[in-house]
Formats: sequence, C-alpha cells, structure tokens
Amino acid sequence: MSLKGAAAIVGIGELKPTKEPGNATALGLMAKVTAEAIADSGLEKRDIDGFFCGMAFADPGALYPASVAEVLGINPRTLNQVDIGGASPAGMVWRAASAIQSGMCSAVLCLVADLNRMGDQRVPVISTQREFEAPYGNIGANCGYAMIANRHMYEYGTTARQMAKVAVDQRANALKNPLATFNDKPLTIDDVLASRMIVDPLHLYEIVSPCTGGSALIVASPEVAKRTKHPPAWLLGAGEYSNHASITYAPSLTDSPVKPAAENAFKMAGVAHKDIDLVCPYDCYTITVLVTLEDAGFCKKGQGGPFAAEHDLTYAGDFPCNTHGGQLSFGQPGLGGGMSHVTEAARQLMGRGGERQVKNARLAYVNGNGGIMSEQVSLILERRS
Amino acid sequence: MSEYHKPLPKPSITSRPYWEAARKHELRLQRCEACKAFVYYPRDRCPHCFSDRLSWEPVSGRGKVYSYTIVRRASTRSFMEPYVLAIVELDEGPHLTTNIVAAPEQVKIGMPVRVHFDDVTPEHTLVKFAPA
Repeated sequence: MSLKGAAAIVGIGELKPTKEPGNATALGLMAKVTAEAIADSGLEKRDIDGFFCGMAFADPGALYPASVAEVLGINPRTLNQVDIGGASPAGMVWRAASAIQSGMCSAVLCLVADLNRMGDQRVPVISTQREFEAPYGNIGANCGYAMIANRHMYEYGTTARQMAKVAVDQRANALKNPLATFNDKPLTIDDVLASRMIVDPLHLYEIVSPCTGGSALIVASPEVAKRTKHPPAWLLGAGEYSNHASITYAPSLTDSPVKPAAENAFKMAGVAHKDIDLVCPYDCYTITVLVTLEDAGFCKKGQGGPFAAEHDLTYAGDFPCNTHGGQLSFGQPGLGGGMSHVTEAARQLMGRGGERQVKNARLAYVNGNGGIMSEQVSLILERRS
Repeated sequence: MSEYHKPLPKPSITSRPYWEAARKHELRLQRCEACKAFVYYPRDRCPHCFSDRLSWEPVSGRGKVYSYTIVRRASTRSFMEPYVLAIVELDEGPHLTTNIVAAPEQVKIGMPVRVHFDDVTPEHTLVKFAPA
C-alpha cells in the first residue's frame, strides 16, 4: 500500500502570528482560519467530512476533536486529535490521505491554533519527565536542543557561525513574507552571535519565538481536487518515526529519527534528493535544521554545518530552505509553527509564493518534528501541472 | 524545606526504591534478571525484553558527560541562577539527566564524573554528579 497521489492539499488558511493574544481565543482563531482555508479551496463548508486537529495549550480538554467540530459546525465522518507535538500538522496530512484512501471521507480539515500564553513554563505533564528531569531543571525544549547542539559541535566540529547562517538565510526569506512575525530587518551572522546567550550554545535568534495564531489545510481526494480553485499540492510520499520521548533516553543526540521517516517518504514517492526543488524542515532551533538536513539525506552525516554555510538557503538560492522564513522568523503560534512548513511547501507548489516564489517549484520536502527530535514526519509534495 | 522552590520528585510505587537509596547516598538501578540490562528510569517491565523480573542493584556512580548545557535563562522562574544541565552516561550504560556540580567553564563533553548526592530538603535527595 502507498499513499502516493491518494490526496492533495487544496486549501490553505494561515493567520499572521502576533506576539500578544489580545482578545483572541483559541477556538475563535480556529473558526477564523477554518473559514479562510475552506474559502481558499473553493469548496463549501458542507463538503468537509473529515477532521484532524491539534490541542491548544491555551484551551485544552478531553474529547477535543468533537468539541472543536461542534464549535465549527461540521459533522465529520472521521475525527481525531493528532498529538505528536510539532510534527502533528505534517502527521495530519498523511493521516488525512489515509482516511481518504480508505473511503472514510473525501475532504479533511487539518487545524491548529493557539495563544501565546506559555509564560513561566509549567512542570512537564508527563509523569516520568516530571519525576526524573524537572528536578534538575530540564524543563521546556531549549535545554535538550542545546545539548544536541553541543554534542554535534563536539562530534563533527560544527560551528556557531554555521548554525547562525540558518537563521540569517531564513530571515532573508521572511523579508518577502507578509505573514512573518519578524520581517522588518535582515539579520547577519554577527547579529545572531551577538544576541543574548540563552542556553549554551544557542543564542536568542536561534530559538523560536512563541506567538498567537493558527493555520488550517484542506486535504482532498483526487475527485474533490478536480473542483478546487488552485493547483493541488499532491502527497507523493510520507514517513513517520519516533524512538524516544525525552531526549535523555534517545539512542543518540546527533542521529535523529528523521532518517527512517525521510527514507520512507522518499521510497514511497519514488523520487531522488536531487529532484527536490525546496525543503521546509522544522526549525524550532538552528541546530534542528542541520540535523534534519543530514538525516533526511541532503548532505552527509555531520556535514549540516558546512552545507548550510556553503549553500544559499534563500528562495532565490541554490538550496531553497524554509522560504517563509521558517518558524525562526515566521513565529511559533503553538502547533501552527509546525503547520507553517506544510503551508509554505503547498503555497510554493501552487505557485503562490509571491515575491519569494521558487522558480518552477515542482517537488517539496517537508519535515515535522515533535518534542526534542522525538516524533518525526517527512512528507514529499508535488505539483502536477 | 519552605526555602526550596524547585520541582521535587514525587516517587511512585515503581520508583520509590531509587529515591530511598538516594536518600541513603546510594545509587541503585533496576537490572533485568532475564536479559541483564540495566534499566533507567524505573519501570514495571524491562523495556528491552519485557520481563517483569527487575531487581535493584548498586552501581558504580561513575560515568562521563555525554552532553551538557549552561542554562543561562531557564523556562521557569524557579531556576533563576545559571546552572549546568547534563546527560551523563553511566559506566553501566544508562543515560540520565542531572546537574554537574562544578564551575560551568570546567564542564566538558567526555569528562569523567562521579555521583554527588544533594540533600535538597530533609526528605529529598537529588542525584547529581561532580568531576571525578
């Protein structure tokens, strides 16, 4: 079995992230962005018969999907919450394709939204992490990624300047993205390295910024996709993998579960790395991009640093990467940060990249990453016209 | 005790022997009687072979720093001062999250360390490490 061509992304809704929640509610943002995505697809609300959502930290609850579906006024034939952290949005895409292929539904809403209400991060909700990690101050994601970065530098000689280059090139992309939170001024490597050290070796500008916002996709069957407004972004391949929850117990800090996820996606798609026109790897931190590009097979293991330094990662460059600015410049509206990689790949393939359009973009690689390199979802998307 | 504001472990039925040993300044880990693997954190079944025959064994308390970071700005206000967070690889194999009790600039990846019990309250002892 394969999901190759089983479904396509046909509609996108995405709110410009804001630092302050203002009067927004998570459910209100969900309704707003759903309306936007359905309108973008050209379908009607009554056409939506499948629903995958992520839970908002700002408004959590049990029996979540039905509760949100009720707020939206949709009656899904398939509904579920996808709970694989930042990989949830990418995970929704192949789950939607799978549900469509099985005949359960034909047009699936994939939805995430949240408020920036992180503040003083609470003790982990997972009991084993609360007991064995929190007492030592391993709280939040920063610490784990910092330890990955330090180990990567130790094993492979990766440098702070190489890591910073990711944030710099992605900022150049964000300058052409009206939806990006940080799109007013370019960054230099020196700017990144002069920003405040938060967790050695990661500086402030290498760390994602929590925001308020939300995004939604409509994933549709080939039949439904015939009557949508934009050229569909077809799912060609998908892969998923996880081998730890806490980074403490990961088999390796530098070899991530991206590898099996990406291998499966490329195998299903039947395409080669050289055929890929743009990549949208999850980028909660600069180091995440380097490890992902290595393990996804775009460069040799350990060579992510030199690769980023030697290639132009901008939309006009030789290796377009996170052409929306990545989460580092787009902002991280909860799980919407992870959705931004999917929306950007779809936009580019639909030819809707505006000033940052990658010329003749036909194939895109997307990676979603949950927790601290824990859950991984790789997708390959294609434009067929 | 009221002076200590950082999160404290709440032992479960499964993990209580680990924390009780720590209070006596002993490092004990579970070991699977079937496949002989050391198991950390405490489990009800061995994550390698799924045996439920897990016994508690004293271990060397020696290991090396697998990776670390100096947390200069923590995500929670209960950790105000910069501290060294590390993953230590014990000589017996398991990795654990801990603090290195040393000046931050002294800490290096690969550095040998030995266990350092920190009685943070009269009831709670944390398992930290110091340069060996």
